[in-house]
Amino acid sequence: MKDFIIPDRDFGTPAARAKEMVTLSIDGFDVTVPAGTSVMRAAAEAGIQVPKLCATDSLEAFGSCRLCVVEIEGRRGTPASCTTPVTPGMVVHTQSDTVRKIRRGVMELYISDHPLDCLTCSANGDCELQDMAGAVGLRDVRYEAQKTHFRPRNTSGEANPQYIPKDTSNPYFTYDPAKCIVCSRCVRACEEVQGTFALTIEGRGFDSRVSFGAKTDTALESDCVSCGACVQACPTATLQEKSVIELGTPQKSVITTCAYCGVGCSFKAELNGDQLVRMVPYKHGKANRGHSCVKGRFAYGYATHRDRILKPMIRDRIDQPWQEVSWDEALRFAADRMRGLQEKYGRRSIGVITSSRCTNEETYLVQKLARGVFRNNNTDTCARVCHSPTGYGLGQTFGTSAGTQDFDSVEHTDVVIVIGANPTDGHPVFASRLKKRLRAGAKLIVIDPRRIDLVKSAHIKAAHHLPLRPGTNVAVVSALAHVIVTEGLMDEAFIRERCDWDEFQDYAAFISDPRHSPEATELLTGVPAADLRAAARLFATGGNGAIYYGLGVTEHSQGSTTVIGIANLAMLTGNVGRPGVGVNPLRGQNNVQGSCDMGSFPHELPGYRHVKGDEARAVFEAAWGVTIDPEPGLRIPNMLDAAVEGTFKGLYCQGEDILQSDPDTKHVAAGLAAMECVIVHDLFLNETANYAHVFLPGSTFLEKDGTFTNAERRINRVRRVMAPRNGYADWEVTQMLARAMGADWHYTHPSQIMDEIALTTPSFAGVNYEVLEEKGSVQWPCNEANPDGTPLMHVDGFVRGKGRFIVTEYVATEERAGPRFPLLLTTGRILSQYNVGAQTRRTANVVWHDQDVLEIHPHDAEVRGVKEGDFVRLASRSGETTLRAKLTDRVSPGVVYTTFHHPDTQANVITTDFSDWATNCPEYKVTAVQVSPSNGPSDWQEDYSAQAEMSRRILPAAE
Amino acid sequence: MHTRLPVPSDAEISALIAPHLALEGPLLPILHDIQARFGHVPDRAQPLIAEALNISKAEVHGVVSFYHDFREVPAGRHVVKICRAEACQAMGGAALAEQTLARLGIGWHGTTANGAVTVEPVYCLGLCACAPAAMVDDKVVGRVDAARMDALLREVGA
Repeated sequence: MKDFIIPDRDFGTPAARAKEMVTLSIDGFDVTVPAGTSVMRAAAEAGIQVPKLCATDSLEAFGSCRLCVVEIEGRRGTPASCTTPVTPGMVVHTQSDTVRKIRRGVMELYISDHPLDCLTCSANGDCELQDMAGAVGLRDVRYEAQKTHFRPRNTSGEANPQYIPKDTSNPYFTYDPAKCIVCSRCVRACEEVQGTFALTIEGRGFDSRVSFGAKTDTALESDCVSCGACVQACPTATLQEKSVIELGTPQKSVITTCAYCGVGCSFKAELNGDQLVRMVPYKHGKANRGHSCVKGRFAYGYATHRDRILKPMIRDRIDQPWQEVSWDEALRFAADRMRGLQEKYGRRSIGVITSSRCTNEETYLVQKLARGVFRNNNTDTCARVCHSPTGYGLGQTFGTSAGTQDFDSVEHTDVVIVIGANPTDGHPVFASRLKKRLRAGAKLIVIDPRRIDLVKSAHIKAAHHLPLRPGTNVAVVSALAHVIVTEGLMDEAFIRERCDWDEFQDYAAFISDPRHSPEATELLTGVPAADLRAAARLFATGGNGAIYYGLGVTEHSQGSTTVIGIANLAMLTGNVGRPGVGVNPLRGQNNVQGSCDMGSFPHELPGYRHVKGDEARAVFEAAWGVTIDPEPGLRIPNMLDAAVEGTFKGLYCQGEDILQSDPDTKHVAAGLAAMECVIVHDLFLNETANYAHVFLPGSTFLEKDGTFTNAERRINRVRRVMAPRNGYADWEVTQMLARAMGADWHYTHPSQIMDEIALTTPSFAGVNYEVLEEKGSVQWPCNEANPDGTPLMHVDGFVRGKGRFIVTEYVATEERAGPRFPLLLTTGRILSQYNVGAQTRRTANVVWHDQDVLEIHPHDAEVRGVKEGDFVRLASRSGETTLRAKLTDRVSPGVVYTTFHHPDTQANVITTDFSDWATNCPEYKVTAVQVSPSNGPSDWQEDYSAQAEMSRRILPAAE
Repeated sequence: MHTRLPVPSDAEISALIAPHLALEGPLLPILHDIQARFGHVPDRAQPLIAEALNISKAEVHGVVSFYHDFREVPAGRHVVKICRAEACQAMGGAALAEQTLARLGIGWHGTTANGAVTVEPVYCLGLCACAPAAMVDDKVVGRVDAARMDALLREVGA
């Protein structure tokens, strides 16, 4: 696709990495570029654009279009500038009569088999073929094509066998073979950038066509994951966003950050006026480097979905219908109720839940509301239920609650351990970058109960897949460490220099105990000892070793222990503090890192400083002019427990659906029902809103300014693309609520909130909107010592001083399979859906996943009489639900798997109240269950949907 | 279409794939073996090959469709290839081809109703000096005129 703004200029071929520089002359100008650069790129860097069609700088040179030919003195013929590397002293002429004639001739041939319907073409104004026809001065086409690919019928009315009608099967883009020039950019993008290999060129010669999947596949039926890389690469209207076809070519663009997963891709929101036409991955985005996935690229339609609530609503009791009211009335109602509750039940009877989907500034304000206005520390965040053990584990061992690397680091990795994460579904853009490195030869070890796509997919094969039983992470990680220590594979020099040697000695003695050996734990974990030993040796000796992990590590009763075990592994093998190594949590949501940084936890002020610390409190007391409660507040599960007990009465919940996402739904429902004022601030009437008394409409990421912090600690700007449809950005709503409760807040722009954060939080000291504008993004810590931010942590020493080894004793979870519940349920995500699905379910992404299904091994299914597609009852000691079964050997016998994207499935009715010992992160990933055939929805599902329907009634505003 | 062979089972196809897995560049040898055994590359073989070689089904399709000699359906008992390249065209090859197809009542790549002959185009058999040329199964024939073509077709039972 053509670029709209100058910094996005296409240089034709990727940048060379060599340090050595080469000087050559192009059209009389001297140009100095790194060795290995193509002549085309060198020319582009000198501001000379060589005409091209098959080249683009996201893909390796291909040399098929023959438009970019140049003359090079002393060389015969006219080499293609894209495939010719520069040499010292080379003299290049990009414009000569010879090459002009060739280019015009080539263009003539292209155009002879291309429809001349530019004015009505959806790529009009955004077509490289059109541009190049102009650039080469095409004035006439001498060839009258007898056979074409674009005419449905020939002149005598017979059907043209070469004509293939448009494929509109994908919900977001079309493939129109009539417009195709077979430059192979899409095929190469699918292979090189995305790594799915869903596209090919079928046939040969004049019969060559781009083809999705096998012969009879449509785009939707093929392996295509709808990442949009092919659409991005296509120079014509052949692969085109349906939104552009409908709305026209966008005229302006705003750079912003995706609001889905923790990769935090940079996008250009391309618009006409305030009408969003398309989201295009931003080439200079440092997290995504110009790539995207189906969610960020296409699934933004929820922002204008009819379900979105745009007016504030209130009600006295949750069995009443909602009443639409003015903002003033809603805020007055909410403020009076909350103040009233505090008067009646005490200062600590109300609290807030901040959102990992909102911006840093909004999160900061919500916790400030609790600490500065409610005057208690009852603030928690959805990170509680995902990555709180990361914060604890990495904080204890390394000294910071964050990943150690940037995503670029993966390009330098030799051995990767992926544990408890499914990047191709959960973090697709990172997965593509990882797969690129794996195709280049890096080795992969997957530790997961399920055979995730990374274990084996086109051109990717894990060296080792350790299919452990859910709940035995600690045993497996300890066994890896046991092998490394007992076989003497650790990096002693690193440990002596960087870690506490005495603590290491204790740890080594502990971990060397034969009870941690793979042989001893094999029966428990189900991982063959020989495989585990081989994996440990590979990781310890294979070069740069990096560990990437996800919620399959944290969401366990021993989540924190596993994080510590992972940190131990990295320290043992000396894999910390340089590119290509490190410990990297893959964050679930866009701003999990940020919401943790911003002091959302009940015991921590912004910047992870304990609320008991007088110094830290003093900073905020001075800035806010209030006294801060030194007692840590309630965590989400504690809030719910206290609510059931009757001591916690009011909650302001921003952008999180705790009823659907938190474990043990029935307990959550009971807690919410017991509260007297639940304020839900969200885009939609989510499940939690069924129990709410006040609904404050939220704004989408397209409608506000702010920042998100991604999994690599990168602070990315979110920019307002359109006015909030609900009237106010979320930070404004929080501010209005605070003011209604008597606070004296006067922020007029989120940049002022960031300035306050920088003033009070050392790791953000150097962050402000001007810096972000200038640098694009920075990775914290960004302060006087690191004015440009910190891509790699712990380079010269651990933040805490010496790295700390902590013993990791395996304690089996209480949740274990038994006679009544013989199977273990584990949960996860799917590519096309996101979290509770509030956003993605309201987009065309449902064509890929319209309901949650239960993956079950054929053996387990057979003994239960369950067939593919059957309704099954899934029961645990907490509750039961029903969903359809899918028979697959991706899961081992004894393990079943489902997703939690759809509220009618209510997978969390099943999950239990067990949680991480250190942080209360719920144990979503292990639940003992039984599966049996069923006729339809469970009683709970029916009761629940009846209640939900009742509670979603809305009365129009009184005139 | 004539399918004289039963639909091959996955096991039969996999047995042909397995011996080549250690090769560098195993795809073409596998496709050759499958075509040799079944007379064509059955649709079912493509996903099995993709799975075994850890490549995508699109890639297998790209390769199979690139080579005209890999067939989607089995050919007749004999294959007659008529050269359509320049030298043969100059010596009346086009007319010969037209007559032949008309006589058999089929189009290019078609197979006669009795399953005896499939006629295919070929672009140069290296017999330009003896144009027009044709090839019957593995045997090349030069200076083919209508009479000689008739004889060839009779011989193969068309």
